[in-house]
Amino acid sequence: MSYVAIKGGGQAIAGAAAVSEYLRTEEGLGNTGAEPLAIDAILHQLRHLVDRVVSEGGVYHPRFAALAIKQSMGDTLEAAFALRAWRSTRPRLSETPPLDTSRMRLIRRISAAFKDIPGGQMLGPTPDYALRLLRLELMDESPDAFRAVARNWLEKCPEAELPDTFPKVLDALRAEGLLPPVSATRGQTAFDITREPLVFPVPRSAQLATMARAETGSLLAIAYSNMRGYGDVHPTVAELRVGYLPVMLPHPVTGEFVEAGEVLITECEVVAMYEADEAGGKPVFTIGYGACFGHNEVKAISMAILDRALQKGMKDGANNPSEDPEFVLLHVDGVDSMGFASHYKMPHYVTFQSDLDRLRTTQQKSGEPA
Amino acid sequence: MNAMSHNQAGNAYNFGFLDEYAKKEVRRAILKAIAIPGYQVPYASREMPMGRGFGTGGLQLTLSLIGPNEVVKVIDQGSDDSVNAVNLRRFIEMTCPGVSTTTATAECTLIQSRHRIPELPLTARQILVLQVPYPDPLVVVEPSEDKRKTMHGEADYSRLLVKLYEDIVKFGEITISHRYPTRINGHYVIDPSPIPRWDVPKLNDSAALILFGAGREKKIYAVPPHTKAEPLAFSDVPFRVEDFRDEQGRRRACARCGCVDSFLDEFVTDSGSKTYQCSDSDWCDMQLSKARQTQGEPA
Repeated sequence: MSYVAIKGGGQAIAGAAAVSEYLRTEEGLGNTGAEPLAIDAILHQLRHLVDRVVSEGGVYHPRFAALAIKQSMGDTLEAAFALRAWRSTRPRLSETPPLDTSRMRLIRRISAAFKDIPGGQMLGPTPDYALRLLRLELMDESPDAFRAVARNWLEKCPEAELPDTFPKVLDALRAEGLLPPVSATRGQTAFDITREPLVFPVPRSAQLATMARAETGSLLAIAYSNMRGYGDVHPTVAELRVGYLPVMLPHPVTGEFVEAGEVLITECEVVAMYEADEAGGKPVFTIGYGACFGHNEVKAISMAILDRALQKGMKDGANNPSEDPEFVLLHVDGVDSMGFASHYKMPHYVTFQSDLDRLRTTQQKSGEPA
Repeated sequence: MNAMSHNQAGNAYNFGFLDEYAKKEVRRAILKAIAIPGYQVPYASREMPMGRGFGTGGLQLTLSLIGPNEVVKVIDQGSDDSVNAVNLRRFIEMTCPGVSTTTATAECTLIQSRHRIPELPLTARQILVLQVPYPDPLVVVEPSEDKRKTMHGEADYSRLLVKLYEDIVKFGEITISHRYPTRINGHYVIDPSPIPRWDVPKLNDSAALILFGAGREKKIYAVPPHTKAEPLAFSDVPFRVEDFRDEQGRRRACARCGCVDSFLDEFVTDSGSKTYQCSDSDWCDMQLSKARQTQGEPA
């Protein structure tokens, strides 16, 4: 009978889980050499996947991010989702002060604005100038060769004394009076998007927090629309840095700030064309800021461009989607958007029945003489 | 705060999955929603381990309200056994040890539902939680949430009424099939979630508290017990529910239980003919067992 279709839901769900688990482990069929994907292998060899998931998951837990990647079989949206759902069960126990990114332990730092910058340019690990040719020799990499590469690299690496801090490019521009003064809201308590809903208009810290855990592709798409012509940011990357940022937390007894660990982050500051000062002062450049967990430069740059676009939209009204805080902030979250796109697969019998009723009645009416 | 004591069931999560702070925030939003009938209270919706759009808003309400003696019923499209209902019920059972679940509308104290209000009238000791994809009825005429907020505050629903009027001009009928805009307590117009028009009259003067949770859109709103709920309409074009009459004008009956006053799902059978059946599976079972009793058969 037709009503059987809605029975047995529990078995169907269990069956779906079982067949997914089969696909995850299928490699082991008659293959004695097959090994489950090790969390450490994901952490290291798929590091940019982990970076993306910690960032979009909104919690810096690389090991759980790797686990989420493993169980979702590499689906970034699903993995970030699992991490976020875990995060939402954790209470907020403490707050960090604003962290000073000049104290980052850098692995990479560049400026597109100046040929040389105080502290120097440092290309670091980047595919920017790599030729995107398939490295066929990796198709069947020998474990011995694999293990030797990192060791050999370290042996050849010259000992270098790196300073603890690198000055920020923006500080030099600010000292010269080319940038707006540091905002009066700096140092105020940050808006916590995990504890407070976005009720528009929202402060810049809420905008930044929302973008920091946004889905990379969504953020890039909207930022790209601005870059191409639906907007006018025309940014210059004043500085992009990637590295390990010490996280300070108040000591539970003394209240003194102590270093609790470090997080890998990407930070990008863009400078955009100047505007006339309405109060009659000198015109100055405008800035956009982007930062996210992990090494994800496309995301940090997209965020910086959108930060600048949103500030403009807040000030002058939005002329483009990328300048409209509601449009940007309510459409970049991967968990929200992928969930809603997926929900259309659920049964909609009742609403469709209701749609049928309306269409049939309307069709009947349109057949009648007016 | 009994977070730790409930942490037994072998799972690493708190009773009700959410941490106690999160539940408190949801409860505060519920109280505000009840105090201002129909007003959409923003709240910091948490991510749940199922997809946004699968009932995460309703689930946060349910998990924040659930107590150890709760009897919970979960339905989707009127059925307790559709995949999503099963999934949510299993999650509740897993994260709320000690709570009992049922499919019987008459026995439960808390109902989480998607797209239907049960046919059996609810009572004062029951709470109905509806899952909401789009919390704002004004979204069809105004995409900006900021502007909609002002329109709600001023009870400015003129553009919505114009949309209804234009429907009549274009089609001779109001074309809104479900999610029918409904004015609560004479002020705020709500999106009553994608319930069919059939269920809208059940909102009016309901004995049970009806709560709406939109997880992705981060809003909670309520129709408190015995509150006026009026679907938007015109004095000369009254609100109408779905029409289940056949070509001869006879009310169609459920093919399974024979009921002629329930919301019906339409099926196309393998032979290509159409058949109709109660959407509310518990109601259908009740009618069936009643019919058997009157015929003297074992239920």
